[in-house]
Amino acid sequence: MTKLTIDGIEVEVPNGTSVLQACEQAGIEVPRFCYHERLSVAGNCRMCLVEVEKAPKPVASCAFPVAEGMVVKTDTPAVRAARRGVMEFLLINHPLDCPICDQGGECDLQDQAFSYGRDGSRFAEAKRAVKDKNLGPLVKTVMTRCIQCTRCVRFSAEIAGLSELGATERGESMEIGTYVEKALSSELSGNLVDICPVGALTNKPYAFVARPWELDRVDGIDVLDATGTNISICSRGGDVLRILPRVNEDVNEEWLADKGRYSVDGLKRRRLDHAWIKREGKLVKAGWQEALVHVAEKIEGVPGDRIGGVVGDLVDAESMLALRDLLVSLGSGNLDCRQDGAAIDASRRDFYTFNTSIAGIDEADAILLIGTNPRREAPVLNARIRKRQLAGGLAVGYIGEAANLTYPVRALGTGLPGLKQLLAGGAFAEVLKKAKKPMIVLGASALVGFDGAALLAAAWKLAADVGALRPDWHGFNLLHQAAGRVGALDLGFVPQAGGKDLVGMLDGGVDVLWLLGADEFDTARIGANTFVIYQGHHGDAGAARADVILPGAAYTEKTGTYVNTEGRVQRSYAAARPPGEAREDWKILRAFSAVAGKPLPYDDLPALQARLEQANPVFAHLGVLPRFGCSDLTGPAGDANALSDAAFADPMPNYYQTDVISRASPTMAECTATYVTPISVAAE
Amino acid sequence: MADVMSKSGTEPAEFVFDAESEALIAVILAKYPAERKASGTLPLLDVAQRQMARLTGSAWVPRVAMDVIAARLDVAAIRVYEVATFYFMYNTKPVGTYHLQICTTTPCWLRGSDEVVAACKKHTGIKHFGETSEDGMFTMTEVECLGACVNAPILQINDDFYEDVDGASTESLLAALRRGEKPKAGSVIGRQTSAPEGGPNTLLDTPSFQAGE
Ligand code: SF4
Ligand code: FES
Ligand code: FES
Repeated sequence: MTKLTIDGIEVEVPNGTSVLQACEQAGIEVPRFCYHERLSVAGNCRMCLVEVEKAPKPVASCAFPVAEGMVVKTDTPAVRAARRGVMEFLLINHPLDCPICDQGGECDLQDQAFSYGRDGSRFAEAKRAVKDKNLGPLVKTVMTRCIQCTRCVRFSAEIAGLSELGATERGESMEIGTYVEKALSSELSGNLVDICPVGALTNKPYAFVARPWELDRVDGIDVLDATGTNISICSRGGDVLRILPRVNEDVNEEWLADKGRYSVDGLKRRRLDHAWIKREGKLVKAGWQEALVHVAEKIEGVPGDRIGGVVGDLVDAESMLALRDLLVSLGSGNLDCRQDGAAIDASRRDFYTFNTSIAGIDEADAILLIGTNPRREAPVLNARIRKRQLAGGLAVGYIGEAANLTYPVRALGTGLPGLKQLLAGGAFAEVLKKAKKPMIVLGASALVGFDGAALLAAAWKLAADVGALRPDWHGFNLLHQAAGRVGALDLGFVPQAGGKDLVGMLDGGVDVLWLLGADEFDTARIGANTFVIYQGHHGDAGAARADVILPGAAYTEKTGTYVNTEGRVQRSYAAARPPGEAREDWKILRAFSAVAGKPLPYDDLPALQARLEQANPVFAHLGVLPRFGCSDLTGPAGDANALSDAAFADPMPNYYQTDVISRASPTMAECTATYVTPISVAAE
Repeated sequence: MADVMSKSGTEPAEFVFDAESEALIAVILAKYPAERKASGTLPLLDVAQRQMARLTGSAWVPRVAMDVIAARLDVAAIRVYEVATFYFMYNTKPVGTYHLQICTTTPCWLRGSDEVVAACKKHTGIKHFGETSEDGMFTMTEVECLGACVNAPILQINDDFYEDVDGASTESLLAALRRGEKPKAGSVIGRQTSAPEGGPNTLLDTPSFQAGE
């Protein structure tokens, strides 16, 4: 530890801390542009100048390490003059276009100019102008505004791990860009907008939509992947306009994946905003009462074992529990949440969660990825692996179709034979065994198909064999794609004793099928005579097959609880009202239960949330996730020796369109056209 | 600026190091530990530029060559683009057979670089810096101090410095090049390295040493 004095305050900080970090610890704000706590230090903007006693001139505090007994002054006339000088130079080439700049109101340069700017410029010469770059459909550039802090360059090299941006030319001609025009290929590119301190990189689809001071912010949870990224839902007058990440060191740090950020325009399209009833083969608009009564009449007299329910990937725990309670009260045990048919074993929680936890990745020293492409399935989680890899001393093995995961991996085959070899020993098995904290990460989507149960058992067995399952360390991890999946499993939304799974309910296995936001399976396989109720927010596969449509709320329009792939329970709050006649889903189910004469025992959200805790005590702990180890090595059902020689399929061929919201989003459609099915990317 | 895509007409479709270059590369890369081979970026760019000069008569580094270098050194392509565009010595677009780099910084300017510029323009027909003559023989570039101010003004032609030039000597230099000759590099007025013009003019007397002094 080092002791130093900053503005008369004595602070003690770890050795190697920079003066800027020490200032922060002392609660003193130091202006900065290039410094970013999650990126390497560049020290090129010089805005963070402070005075250090005995130093001949002001020092850049972000790049200056503390020393014992150092005396730092951050608010002297000399410091202010120095910062003013830096600011004046920065503004020489910066356009005065704040009124038409999207960063206005949340611009570091604008804010600092209030403290350190002059009222006029002494620079009479022509300002330089820089050509804008085309970085693809997500990030808009106005490069004349760039102050060349190189945060974006460091972000793309260090966090995104793709090194696409750079600073070419030099001096007056220096430019930030890709040199050869190309769309940024990172799934995290939207974060560039957040880290750019000025308006050089802004949100392209959001251009000129709103000013930050007009927006109301509500805390939410991203549901477009299973990471459980903490978000801030920004709306104006009940209109959700953009989504920003919220800091949560244990989950997403401060990043947000592009799908979660940019699918927001999908929330306004293809929405179900009133009820529909199919009459003589045609859907006709209906009122709520009419629709609910119609459903009640259809269900009347149907035996419980001929009724089934399937929940989708984006559904909150409250609604799933309400549907489960309803179906159980109707005598049904036909429940399923695994639309893809993945052979998940729900009998024990650590069989289906990411047990090491996302923050735990920081401690791991060997990781084996099986049948998963975390870069697409969970970009923010992948960035955590990338971060761990940059810190050094991490070995990553990879079994799956070749992919650039943004960090080096040891390829161990493309399918199950690779896993079989590891189980028999081999070089990477040794690496895992020697590792102090090995992790096995299995893609939940790899459990689809007839090898699923065997794969799950085999991966668990490997984890046990290599010492990844210990009382002090749980190294077995299932990586989910669906935000609602773990919550559904926690609530036991799986076939009850004697109940049918999804496949059993298809092809006429049930007479009444309640789909709660379930669109990700082949709805054509539902029996022709099955009466289908689709409850959800988007007109997609499920609604297309429905006999009755009950319009529900999207995640931004309801207060709901989600459990991420780690098993972390988090709550998202309503930022807007559902459109038209649409209602929060649990309320629809509660209302229907009354119409059907089997009222659910909760009338408001607190009562339902209390019921959640009763259904599974994990729901009592919001946000926190205690670390745990594994003392019971008994594996999931399934024969670890029954593995075939199948290869893994691509777990997510199109990152940009995976659910009803992203499929409705024009921005995501554009991304698909740009990145997934490039028709012609020839430079014009 | 150096937006190579807009000049795709000149950008070759591919670039492969020839045997002569490969021999040089082997020597260069042997100097660096394998995990530090990115240090080879600068010399490999030079090798590429010289190969282009040898094979096409124009010393420049096409973008495909930068990509080849990036792959060879295991670095992201943008890292090579950054280096290649940062240094003035790498030409990111084609230049003429003779690349005339005229220093116009203050010492050279005071000593008559305007005359040199005028002579180059007159002889080559080039109108502005950065352009190449119609016959593809000459490219004129304005450069900052070449570090040889003692013998100002300086005209650098490809790898050689021509010093103490003026309008007339510039024109005869260019005419010689056109004839395929290779004029001797260095001071065109016969100055010995950077000694005073016309021979030494200090320390002419031999100091006398006396015991005890
Ligand atoms: S574009 Fe933004 S983040 Fe990148 S260097 Fe310029 S100012 Fe910094
Ligand atoms: S923040 Fe310290 S130099 Fe930029
Ligand atoms: S000024 Fe021309 S060489 Fe220095």
